[in-house]
Amino acid sequence: MANVKKSSTLSKDSNRIAKWIDYRLPILSFLKAEAVDYPTPRNLNYWWNFGSLAGITLVIMILTGIWLAMHYTPHTAHAFESVERIMRDVNYGWLLRYIHMNGASMFFIVVYVHMFRGLFYGSYKKPRELLWIFGVLILLLMMATAFMGYVLPWGQMSFWGATVITNLFSAIPLVGDSIVTLLWGGFSVDNPTLNRFFALHYLFPFLIVGLVFLHLVALHTHGSNNPTGVEAKKPSDKIPFHPYYTVKDILGLVIFLTIWGAFVFFAPNFFGEPDNYIPADPLVTPPHIVPEWYFLPFYAILRSIPDKLGGVVLMFSAVFVMFIIPWLDTSPVRSGRYRPLYKIAYVFFLVACVALGWAGAQEAEGVPLLVSRLATAYYFAFFLILMPVLGFIEKPLPVPESLQESKRKKGAGR
Amino acid sequence: MDGKADKGRRDFLILTGYTMGAAGLAGLAVPFIDSLNPAADTQALATTEVNLGLLQPGQAITAMWRGKPVFIRHRTSEEIEQARTVELKGLPDPEADEARFKDNPQFLVVLGVCTHLGCVPLGQKPTDNKGDFGGWFCPCHGSHYDISGRIRKGPAPKNLTIPPYEIKDKLLKIG
Ligand code: HEM
Ligand code: FES
Repeated sequence: MANVKKSSTLSKDSNRIAKWIDYRLPILSFLKAEAVDYPTPRNLNYWWNFGSLAGITLVIMILTGIWLAMHYTPHTAHAFESVERIMRDVNYGWLLRYIHMNGASMFFIVVYVHMFRGLFYGSYKKPRELLWIFGVLILLLMMATAFMGYVLPWGQMSFWGATVITNLFSAIPLVGDSIVTLLWGGFSVDNPTLNRFFALHYLFPFLIVGLVFLHLVALHTHGSNNPTGVEAKKPSDKIPFHPYYTVKDILGLVIFLTIWGAFVFFAPNFFGEPDNYIPADPLVTPPHIVPEWYFLPFYAILRSIPDKLGGVVLMFSAVFVMFIIPWLDTSPVRSGRYRPLYKIAYVFFLVACVALGWAGAQEAEGVPLLVSRLATAYYFAFFLILMPVLGFIEKPLPVPESLQESKRKKGAGR
Repeated sequence: MDGKADKGRRDFLILTGYTMGAAGLAGLAVPFIDSLNPAADTQALATTEVNLGLLQPGQAITAMWRGKPVFIRHRTSEEIEQARTVELKGLPDPEADEARFKDNPQFLVVLGVCTHLGCVPLGQKPTDNKGDFGGWFCPCHGSHYDISGRIRKGPAPKNLTIPPYEIKDKLLKIG
């Protein structure tokens, strides 16, 4: 199977310049092998669209970001004004900014769906552990990038978000305060902080590009997983990426861009906080300070613990636990489709994540606090208890022999 | 289905798809490119005002307008006389001195930007080299301008540009 792509060369009737180049630098036959002929499981469903959507979103974020940076001034005295100037005076500046602003939310939606897909179909299991780990690294860098980007317009939420998040590190015993001072480059969030956040906000997306590349190399080494979780064995289990999945990806892309565009043109501040249109004021904290929606579940975990250090540790653990998922899952069966108990646990996990997101946006007391505590408990129990234990006690459904058999069975069953 | 008809239909769909895709990308490129053009605030014609009351005959000052230097020279009557008697034939960019003023020929107002490649010519300070024609001299590649701001010698192709301005009661408004 894996050999099919290696033998891929340019077709005989490709033009002479292409052949000349490819003989010296086989980039064209490489692209043909990895993006055109690349053998792909024949049964991928629409949940497999989200990887390519994430890649395209990254490109759009980098383009709009570079174009914004041409007009943006990373100085506390000018940042807010320069963003307002982008909105009012720069030709199509409003468009570039709204694409970028809503793009951050779109990016997280796509990546979260992408991850939930992997979690359900067991895409992190052998031999795709590193593929998964690169994915979690990408998520971490994305979070850092989005956090620092949100600081750049230097509004009230920018400033206080930066203050609160950097202060998380003060929970570290002994060295915490020195680390915070180091992060700030001063004694509060101020101009040095803004300068370095801009430099890093510019850098990190390119590090993400590098990780995405490694993610793809790992992916193409063993090929995509598929809804059955059964490895494709026969050549007839796979079809060439082009045109089958190029077309499918483009259809998904068109729908995705339509939704993104709907936000940009009709509800550009839907995901935003009005307070961020007030210039940063180090003397006044807004009454209700919440992070961007994509951080809410983690924020809820942070606040579910009445202890400063404990909350911070738990919040970071919520991300870091994802690194060891490949070794927590003990089931011999890959896809959740054939795992009746895992399916139930998974649905509750989805509910817990949504509940955490909801609780993260409320005041941390009463019902929301209770909800966030229960959901936090389930969040960790799902990974640390259910994943290892279910593998032993669950009786999986019969798994199909091959991808084609699964298709026939499904058809016959209806 | 007949194979031939299928192929024609497929080609049509593919070509339509490519065309729409290309049109979409081209449309998307417009905001990106146009955002690099001068923004509304840059474009808003900034005006600069200069009080000419204290400028003695023979003196010059430099003002700034749209990020560029503007040379303002209070010309003596001899200088005006001299500028008006120049033979226009043979000048690189023939233009009568009178044509370079609406009124107030004693105040010459020109952009201090050499029409060759954009350096700022010398000649505003009394100690500057004013070139062979008593106006300005561009040190970059040796263009000589006369007291009317006309190019007389050197690589510059055009006379120094006259910005839009008006003078009312010794108050100069550029832009
Ligand atoms: C991983 C991809 C990226 C993500 C997730 C991201 C996220 C964000 C976010 C959340 C904001 C705040 C939006 C607002 O409220 O205004 C922002 C602003 C900004 N970003 Fe990015 N960004 C990314 C890539 C880039 C790149 C490559 C650049 C290039 C320099 C860039 C430049 C900027 C600039 C200049 C701003 C401030 C202007 C503004 O607030 O609209 N971004 N980014
Ligand atoms: S720029 Fe003035 S002579 Fe070349």
